[in-house]
Amino acid sequence: MKFRSRTRRKAINLIALILAGLSAAIGLFFLIWIIFEITQKGISSINWAFFTELPVPPGETGGGLSNAIMGSIIITLIATVIGVPIGVLAGTYLSEFGYGRLSAIIRFITNTFVSAPSIVVGVFVYSIMVVPLKGFSGLAGGISLAIIMLPVITRTTEEILRLVPVGLREAALALGAPYWKMVVSIVYRAGKKGLITGIILAIARVSGETAPLLFTALNSPYWPSGLMEPMANLTVTIFNYAMSPYEDWQAKAWGGAFLITCALLIVNILSRVIVRQKG
Amino acid sequence: MSVSGLSEPSMPFDLSDRANIKIKVRGLNFFYGAFQALYDNHLDIAEKKVTAFIGPSGCGKSTHIRTYNRMFSLYPEQKATGEIILDGQNILEENIDLIELRTRVGMVFQKPTPFPMTIFDNVAYGLRLKARLPKSELEARVEDALKGAALWDEVKDNLHSLGTDLSGGQQQRLCIARAIAVEPEVILMDEPCSALDPVATYKIEELIDKLKEQYTIVIVTHNMQQAARVSDYTAFFYLGRCIEFGPTEEIFTAPKKKETEDYITGRFG
Repeated sequence: MKFRSRTRRKAINLIALILAGLSAAIGLFFLIWIIFEITQKGISSINWAFFTELPVPPGETGGGLSNAIMGSIIITLIATVIGVPIGVLAGTYLSEFGYGRLSAIIRFITNTFVSAPSIVVGVFVYSIMVVPLKGFSGLAGGISLAIIMLPVITRTTEEILRLVPVGLREAALALGAPYWKMVVSIVYRAGKKGLITGIILAIARVSGETAPLLFTALNSPYWPSGLMEPMANLTVTIFNYAMSPYEDWQAKAWGGAFLITCALLIVNILSRVIVRQKG
Repeated sequence: MSVSGLSEPSMPFDLSDRANIKIKVRGLNFFYGAFQALYDNHLDIAEKKVTAFIGPSGCGKSTHIRTYNRMFSLYPEQKATGEIILDGQNILEENIDLIELRTRVGMVFQKPTPFPMTIFDNVAYGLRLKARLPKSELEARVEDALKGAALWDEVKDNLHSLGTDLSGGQQQRLCIARAIAVEPEVILMDEPCSALDPVATYKIEELIDKLKEQYTIVIVTHNMQQAARVSDYTAFFYLGRCIEFGPTEEIFTAPKKKETEDYITGRFG
């Protein structure tokens, strides 16, 4: 057998390194550009009034997006309350009891839905909720985000729980633990960090969604007054304001984008911190 | 079994005039799906003695021990036929309460399996499953179990640190403490020392010697010296068959079967 020359091997290595490094640099370049642009144009809109005051009519200056901030929090909370328990339990089913045909089907559908365009979910909730109830609502917005969240949480839960060693399960069962108790007290505990991280990232993911809210929660210039009313929210507000001809609204849109970016950044850092934590 | 080239079974060794029999295994077959892993195993486990299972890798000794607490029932494709009679009752019957069986037959695994919780909670895990004990009694029983597993002196000052932070040998003794805390009648040990260094192994072996005063112990080991040191009875497994069973000193000094002799003299395995 003839070995390839050392120079040739080194050259190939160098080319691969350059290609990979270049690709990473291109990706990072756009990411940093976006963050830079958002920060530069958005940070000037952030002031106390931005968080505390309602929007003002076009043409006037001042006011804030307090209603949209609150609305986004409410909608995300609804999505979390619905999506997290169902997602975690579904993931538990797939990981702990997922042997049969049914679970193969659930797994396939879940994997398909993870990459489903969110606007499809928005239109779906529009047709099953907004149309029959004759109105856009914060609840419909929360439900559409919950549906987007569900497959993400289901899949991460399954993956995290599958990482828990079989030996640990057997050890608990060998002590006379009923299966469900073993899952709750050992498997969940062993996978706790991964589960929490997965949930946080899923929440972060849906909190940036715009398309499904356009069809469900819509938007509103008022303070959220009820779950069955159209509800103000940051992402649709950004969409509307950015498209408007008014400079002050455009500035507010940048401010909203900056706020969401910061929130997502904090959430991501938080999930990193949890992963690194001992115990 | 001349078909497979193994020697013919001779009169099985009769344990009943030497010791009380805790577990009687009769005609045990085991299947992983279509693959048969155990063939017609006959064996008696003496009460409050140590019985060792030896044999080359893949001979079925671990498979055999995992039938005593029905661990295999966790996996739908695994199946055992025949009889395993624990105090007069066949535990392979359908209607056996597995939770009750497993509190009577405890198990220590090859790899130490501390739960991701404190040392105290690890030992208390089985106790809390069984009954709601007052705090003082729970503490007393955890202490007893840790003393029983010769771990108390090393951990008494940090009972509330994580069990997973202990060394490998300590983790294994923690698992033994956890198993004896629920006061089982039988303790199964599936190669409990294979992941441990010689010092930790020595401690576990010493412990086994002490534990047999109170418990019936069955231990799977790939280490023949260990079997010779700790056990009263030894069963030699080969190709899914229990080839020879008898008092340990007889198995090691005067084996009756050629396969046993070949194995203990190191000619294969």
